[in-house]
Amino acid sequence: MVEKVHVRTTLNGEPTEFLVYPYQSLLETLREVIGLTGTKEGCNDGNCGACTVQVDDRIVDSCLVLGVEVEGKKVTTVEGLATPAGLHPLQQAFLEEASLQCGICTPGFLVASKALLDREPKADEHRIRHWLAGNLCRCTGYDKIIRAVQKVGATSKPARATAAQATAKRRPAGARK
Amino acid sequence: MVATRKPATGRPVNGKHNYKVIGTRPIRHDGLDKVTGRAIYGADIKLPGLAHGAVLRSPHAHAIIKKVDTSRAEKLAGVYAVITGADMPKADNREVDLGEGAANLKWASNNVMADDKVNYRGQPVAAVAAVDQNTALQALGLIKVDYEVLPAVRDVREAMAKGAPVILSGLVGDDLGKKVKNTNMARHFRHEFGNLDEGFKKSKLVVEHEYELATVHQGYIEPHNATAQWTADNRVTVWTSTQGAFAARRQIAGILRLDDSRVKVIPLEIGGGFGGKIPVYGEPVAAVLSRKCARPVKLLMDRKAVFESTGPTPGGTVKVKIGVDAKGKMLAADADIRFESGGYPGSPVGAGAMCVFAAYNIPNTRIDGYDIVTNKPKSAAYRAPGSTHVAFATEGVVDEIAEKLGMDKIDFRMMNSAKEGTRRADGPIFPKIGHEECLAAAKNSPHWKSKLVKNGPNGKKRGRGIASGYWFNIGLKSVVTISVNTDGTAALVEGSTDIGGSRASIAMQAAEVLGIPAEDVRPVVVDTESIGYTDVTGGSRTCYATGYAAYNAAQSVVSILKERAAKLWDIKSNDVDFKDGVFFNKSDAELKLTFKQLAKKLDETGGPVSATGSVDLSAAGGGYGIHIADVEVDPETGKTDVLRYTAIQDVGRAIHPSYVEGQIQGGAVQGIGWALNEEYFMDQQGRMSNSSFLDYRMPTTLDLPMIETIVLEVPNPIHPFGVRGVGETPIAPPVATIANALYDAVGVRFRQAPMKPGRVMEALAGKK
Repeated sequence: MVEKVHVRTTLNGEPTEFLVYPYQSLLETLREVIGLTGTKEGCNDGNCGACTVQVDDRIVDSCLVLGVEVEGKKVTTVEGLATPAGLHPLQQAFLEEASLQCGICTPGFLVASKALLDREPKADEHRIRHWLAGNLCRCTGYDKIIRAVQKVGATSKPARATAAQATAKRRPAGARK
Repeated sequence: MVATRKPATGRPVNGKHNYKVIGTRPIRHDGLDKVTGRAIYGADIKLPGLAHGAVLRSPHAHAIIKKVDTSRAEKLAGVYAVITGADMPKADNREVDLGEGAANLKWASNNVMADDKVNYRGQPVAAVAAVDQNTALQALGLIKVDYEVLPAVRDVREAMAKGAPVILSGLVGDDLGKKVKNTNMARHFRHEFGNLDEGFKKSKLVVEHEYELATVHQGYIEPHNATAQWTADNRVTVWTSTQGAFAARRQIAGILRLDDSRVKVIPLEIGGGFGGKIPVYGEPVAAVLSRKCARPVKLLMDRKAVFESTGPTPGGTVKVKIGVDAKGKMLAADADIRFESGGYPGSPVGAGAMCVFAAYNIPNTRIDGYDIVTNKPKSAAYRAPGSTHVAFATEGVVDEIAEKLGMDKIDFRMMNSAKEGTRRADGPIFPKIGHEECLAAAKNSPHWKSKLVKNGPNGKKRGRGIASGYWFNIGLKSVVTISVNTDGTAALVEGSTDIGGSRASIAMQAAEVLGIPAEDVRPVVVDTESIGYTDVTGGSRTCYATGYAAYNAAQSVVSILKERAAKLWDIKSNDVDFKDGVFFNKSDAELKLTFKQLAKKLDETGGPVSATGSVDLSAAGGGYGIHIADVEVDPETGKTDVLRYTAIQDVGRAIHPSYVEGQIQGGAVQGIGWALNEEYFMDQQGRMSNSSFLDYRMPTTLDLPMIETIVLEVPNPIHPFGVRGVGETPIAPPVATIANALYDAVGVRFRQAPMKPGRVMEALAGKK
């Protein structure tokens, strides 16, 4: 009989504990165990990016990472982007630029785009397209998504160097970038 | 946390109107929930006592089900219910109207749960409800099905060949009115006008080719989902992602043999549909499981099942023959359109026939359409269903004729363009349409005027192509209710699924009438018991028809408010006028109240004010688009890159220009994927070999340039704001546009889609 495992993590800035079967993906853990349904499932095999979340300094397809793998790590989902002070500039830009139609891919695009701009605030169009190539959107043709990311990049303050940038870490399973 | 509204830029697209709200770009009402992860989509619903289901699907494309043994699955701990086709209510062999096409209920029932036969790989044969997903999946492995495997019919040519296996033994085909048995051909119809033979005889130049398209999928990112609860009072509640709650209700009730009113459909947010979420799949299955285990049951489809068992758009062939006189005037045109319907009849071949020659004025025409059953998933609508196929053929032939005549591609199209008064080949006479305006705008566009350097780096070849596309759009039924709040805002209740910003575009039309800002109208999409019957979000009808209903409701609210103002001022309501959000006394300019001021006085003038607008629109006003593409072909690999892409479209009136552009860009990119990569790759046994997003290659960010849009407004004479449907037209031209650009690049006319690298390499090798 497989037993659940006790996992301690930091989820969207808050210490979080949960019990999860060793076979449950991080996506299933977030949605079914913890109840954060902002992270979406589009394919469950790492090909659409709808379930993109950040684990420490890496963005991953959460369907390809096990829930038990985030022990001791920091996890950021779409629910963690806004603060009580307001929306993240990318969220605001996606609204203003009409970067979403159905919205199912939006959480993944936001998390992935934030990870890019945190590293490279001045990423150009080609870099943004290269970075986001693991996130599928079927509604927009990507034009307005790319423009929103460019807009936030253009108005961002000079590069915010993060500790995560300085230390190269092992890529967790399922890491795409 | 507040999403502040960007000041309305008020950029009317053509700069010709004085609307206050229409033509501005407010933040959509549902946007905040969608960028914060709070929006609840179908898969996100949670209910007390919820059981999780899973569906066992046929591994064979064509087989007789001899026996299904569920006994071991039923004994597994944690399993609540197991069902097979035997548990489905026996549905009537009759058709129901779904707004966009009809459905035969017996076939619809077999499509969601087979009884004695499977007609495509992936067709459901059994389902389980259990304590959790894992247990349900485990139980599926314990179900034993004995199949007698039959040879698979994989495309329209195999299906029509002599001696082809007959897929539906009960099918009576309709061949131009004659009944045919033992056939895979469900329907053959014809539209004929003028004298075709005479037209071709008079022609100086006749060009004829056959085009072939692979089966493709809508590719929405959200898989299908359904949660159902069958309660003891014989009522069924369904939570689902659907393009039409009422269409879903009618199908579910039909399959379950219940009156419509016994089924309540609660539509949750939808993660894309493009026509593919009009049919129901898991909904009736979850309901039957729920009846058996007396719990709510949730069914989530996986991606493989989405590809293998839900609505692709058909593969098929389109043969087009066009004759012109020496000056290039079209004299005759003939089309033969054959679409695969999948495992049950009902492809969009009728729509294809309506579109095939709709861009041109041709005096003599004949169009034959064939609906052909094959061993593939039952086809569903996909964005202007059928129009992309026929545009590939017609626009390829048109391009070739223009070249042979030595005429400019745009001038040739303009010379033959359909316009107001032209008879569409299947009958209707066009009202004011915008094809000529699109052509003129294309000719004048920065893209068309720019110079293309034909030789790219490393021996790559570049070319430019252009093509027209058309979609007729539909009207149908919508209901909207508007209630005035005493703080001067309004609540708007509608039944149209919002798949890409329609809550905003409908609220904006109401706001325009009421003279208040868009954000002061709060739109909400509700269940089938909370609003009047509303047809599907499909046929590009929502902004047009539901917007029209909102317009009517808002006009009624204004009439009631005029009476209230009259009461306050003790004058006749005829003496009250309303303009720019201000009610005033016609004969005393001093007496005036804004909408907001008057709303505050509702309680002292007779109480709450609300009104309903209801429409049933038979016509819609068609939409035209012209696309221009620059491509670059790598002769070493056969890969085609799109360097620049411009989509020009007549939208009638752009209510929210950003979402209009978004529709055009999204449709163009789906078409680019269709042109270059996407296809169902079927093996000898009729099994799809590429049923994942990795192998079914949809365009990614890296495959595309920005998509330039030129939005034209040729107002639709039958809508109060001139709105035309927008969403579907943009997928009609791209496949033809890319093919014409490829010809310009490498000198080969591609007549098979997709124009994938292997096909390009073969063509280039053949040319040498």
